Amino acid sequence: MEAIETEITAPVPEAPVGEQPVAPLGRAIVITSGKGGVGKTTTTANVGAALAALGKRVVLVDADVGLRNLDIVLGLEARVKYHVLDVIENKAELDDALVRDKNVDSLYLLAAAQTREKEDVSTEAMIGLIEQLRARFEFVLIDCPAGIETGFRNAIAGAGHAIVVCTPEVSAVRDADRVVGLLPHDWKPELVVNRLRPALVRKGKMLSVEDVDAILRLPLLGVIPDEPGIIIATNKGRPIALDEHSPVGAAYRQIASRLAGNDVPPPTVKVAEPGFFSKFGSLFGGR
Amino acid sequence: MLDFFKSLFKPQGSGATAKERLRLVLLSDHLSLAPETIDALKADLFDVFSRYFEYDASQAEVTFDHREREVAMLASVPILRVRERTLPPVALAPVAVAVAPDPPAIAEPEPELEPVEAEAVEAGPAPVAALEPEKLPIAPAAPRPRKRRRKRNAAASNGKAGVQPGLSAGHSAQA
Repeated sequence: MEAIETEITAPVPEAPVGEQPVAPLGRAIVITSGKGGVGKTTTTANVGAALAALGKRVVLVDADVGLRNLDIVLGLEARVKYHVLDVIENKAELDDALVRDKNVDSLYLLAAAQTREKEDVSTEAMIGLIEQLRARFEFVLIDCPAGIETGFRNAIAGAGHAIVVCTPEVSAVRDADRVVGLLPHDWKPELVVNRLRPALVRKGKMLSVEDVDAILRLPLLGVIPDEPGIIIATNKGRPIALDEHSPVGAAYRQIASRLAGNDVPPPTVKVAEPGFFSKFGSLFGGR
Repeated sequence: MLDFFKSLFKPQGSGATAKERLRLVLLSDHLSLAPETIDALKADLFDVFSRYFEYDASQAEVTFDHREREVAMLASVPILRVRERTLPPVALAPVAVAVAPDPPAIAEPEPELEPVEAEAVEAGPAPVAALEPEKLPIAPAAPRPRKRRRKRNAAASNGKAGVQPGLSAGHSAQA
């Protein structure tokens, strides 16, 4: 149990003081938001894929029991045979439940149970499972369900770090703020601002990253622009992070690189200078 | 030049509205206070100020500054004049429940304390309510019908030509 408390920040941490010469435990990071529909699952899939593309051993855990979706975003739905609860209840071996990604070799998925409820998972079992995974993977990304109830508590239980996903909307920021207050106090959650539309921000019609940042006061891990490509990628079941030409993919790759410990410049969003005509047009723009 | 015309024609973007709404909603989330309670707090604070000063009600404001994980209350009250005699405390009216359809009738009319309308020196000892000060109910004040009065006062104060706000009292308290 004590090993779980140990926060490992460096990619190559010093070996734990103990008798068995085990590999250092990986980082367990929960991706959470409070509000639903802000892009937790998409963020989990893409950051995971980008980390794996960097050569990291990554497992994605879908903790949204009853509303399984991570398999869809990764295009792995046909390959899922067993899920988290099968492993916890010893109905399947962990190795049989881990689904290897079809795009990136070192990426694995542990799917959620679709026909069960969040209350069926015990916090202790979840902690044990995440610890098991940390022994085998460098990164364990946990896709947290929306809400702040049992599913949320189980999802954060085994983790030692959190990424808070938030869209530039009043409701999303409020929920993110609430969730941050529910995370363990010694965590330093990092913020991903998702679905930013720079054109709207420029016109003063959307909360800016600075606005969100000023309220949540979390280290900014990444900013993901809103772009149709993400919908197409999700339709196809191939993470956009693997698309070399997509700005969204690039934003996810930056996040992954930062998590991998690389010195990446702070996230920026291209807010193009308004041209004369767009300025003129904004005179007549509504709110 | 263009900016000038923009400021004339372009309404403030909805992003700013979102920001302000968010600020307020988080404030009450953090303080666990309802917006009505905050309004009532402001009304009470200004009542206290007006015992000691005549102030520019049109410029007076109470804001809450969101910090790391806390909120600080900042009152900015431009003082026009110090009262020669401090007015007695406002008798707290019996707390009326905001949602009650028939609020209990308040027996005593509230003492008129507002500047401009009544000169401080002439105000004299205001009628103190039957309650002794130490027996005043210390209960969260429900919103009282004060807003209207202060607005009227603000208008009156604006009408006073040539009066410059003298001091600006910044009072900070951890909320």
